[in-house]
Amino acid sequence: MGKKVLLIEDEQNIIEAVSFILSRDGWEVKTHSNGHDAIDAVRARTPDVIILDVMLPGKSGFDILREIRADQGLAHLPVLMLSARGQAKDVEMAEHAGANQYMTKPFSNAEVLDAVRNLVMS
Amino acid sequence: MLDRSMVGTRIRQRRVMTGLKQAELAERAGISASYLNLIEHNRRRIGGRTLLQIAQVLEVEPSLLSEGAGAQLLAALKEAAAGQNDLSPDATAEVTPELDRIEEFAGRFPGWAGLLAQLNQRCEDMEQTITVLTERLAHDPQLAEALHEVISTATSIRSTAAILAETRELEPEWQMRFHRNINEDGSRLAEGAEALMHYLEAAPDTKADIRSPQDELHAFLESHGFHFSQLEGWGAASRVEPIIENSAELRTGPAQELARVLLRQYVDDARALPLDEMLRHVERYGIKPDVISQQSQQPLARVFRRLAFLPENVTGLVGLVSIDGAGAIVLRKPILGFSVPRNGAACTVWPIYDCLAQPGRPQRHMLRQGDLRLEALAVTEEVVPAQFDRGPLVRAHMLLLPLEAGAGQENARDVGSTCQICSMADCPARREPSILSSGL
Repeated sequence: MGKKVLLIEDEQNIIEAVSFILSRDGWEVKTHSNGHDAIDAVRARTPDVIILDVMLPGKSGFDILREIRADQGLAHLPVLMLSARGQAKDVEMAEHAGANQYMTKPFSNAEVLDAVRNLVMS
Repeated sequence: MLDRSMVGTRIRQRRVMTGLKQAELAERAGISASYLNLIEHNRRRIGGRTLLQIAQVLEVEPSLLSEGAGAQLLAALKEAAAGQNDLSPDATAEVTPELDRIEEFAGRFPGWAGLLAQLNQRCEDMEQTITVLTERLAHDPQLAEALHEVISTATSIRSTAAILAETRELEPEWQMRFHRNINEDGSRLAEGAEALMHYLEAAPDTKADIRSPQDELHAFLESHGFHFSQLEGWGAASRVEPIIENSAELRTGPAQELARVLLRQYVDDARALPLDEMLRHVERYGIKPDVISQQSQQPLARVFRRLAFLPENVTGLVGLVSIDGAGAIVLRKPILGFSVPRNGAACTVWPIYDCLAQPGRPQRHMLRQGDLRLEALAVTEEVVPAQFDRGPLVRAHMLLLPLEAGAGQENARDVGSTCQICSMADCPARREPSILSSGL
């Protein structure tokens, strides 16, 4: 079994597409689709890397990321943030919140794969 | 307003600019150096042949020396020159306005100067339009939601289509699922694009938003001559809303709210100091706010507003500037050519800022802004009382009154408009360099 990716995203068709390409690349993919209890999902799934959308129902990806970084058991996890917003201030906010990488939509499948591989290797 | 008493000053400035010594100019103009010295210090009136000779030696139109250029036009040209800093480095290399000859330019070519000032104003308005539209893009939740929907759907389509195109030996059930997803996303994208289009089509006329609410308020007040006869007398409060609703200048909600607050204040002021009483005071005491305040037992700030909002044929020229506790200008009624910035911070040397430093202590000063002389009276007003957990919220008001020619020359306080277009070299209050550092 490969390493585990937790994809926190609320768009069902993006979940299916990204899950498919990661699975074909050998990753074990877990998904979660709302912000309310995303931190519980992170604790329960114990992923090696997290893909985290910014705009989620219930709680923003930035808030979830801050919770992850504040938790001693999770703080080390690499996080790739996905967002439709690509302004400099958004990127800066993501860096400040503790994101390892920030990717703007629409992204290509190859970009996501490369980012996830690099985050786990580093 | 042109100040003929400053002819000597303009001669001296022009002479210095051309590098002539006083004795040289005197000799070439056929007058004694001591007489020219008196002229240059505005201690002798000058006109006729002597003026023509001096103008000829200085190679300027005599009217430029006798009348100067309009203060407002000069201020507008300085603002245009200040905007040069916003040009790209490549552009500024080729464009270097001769700041030391700005008055000469305005005097010799008033039409071109006026056109340049208007174009600069238009440019500023367009920049503000861009700022407003950018702000709308950044902060409009409806637009953000619509764009997010479109981009998310496009992301899904791109990713799914790539899987279908690039994956060898894709199982039929996956093919079916991804085809179905693309079909669903295609419909969503069409709906999202349509919603976005409707939103943009329904957006208000961009002209409605090109100005800040403060600019709309200012245009509204100007269109009424800073006086509202409908709000004088009994039952005025009920006439506030119709005035706002019928205004062509108040196009946005925030501007209407600003006007609502101001007109309600107007009604309160008019109730405390009715028009007929104000007219009697003005007729009896003149524009003397302190006397009117004592006689009417009303605070100075209220008297300031009443004087500034009376018809001009009653009071003559009366200007007013109001600022909030942070120093931002919240109301401006211009007078003569006294330059008040539309945006940003004004000159810290204005007495109105002294008031913020010493609330409760009214200030009276003679001001000199370029060639213009004014009397300025400033007071603070508590708009929200202090609480145990915070101090009072205050506003300050500065009444501007014209000075008789020659009055207040000696003790006038030199003030500017904003640092960027102010030529005072050693001003201790300067917060940024002036584009006019070489002076005029």
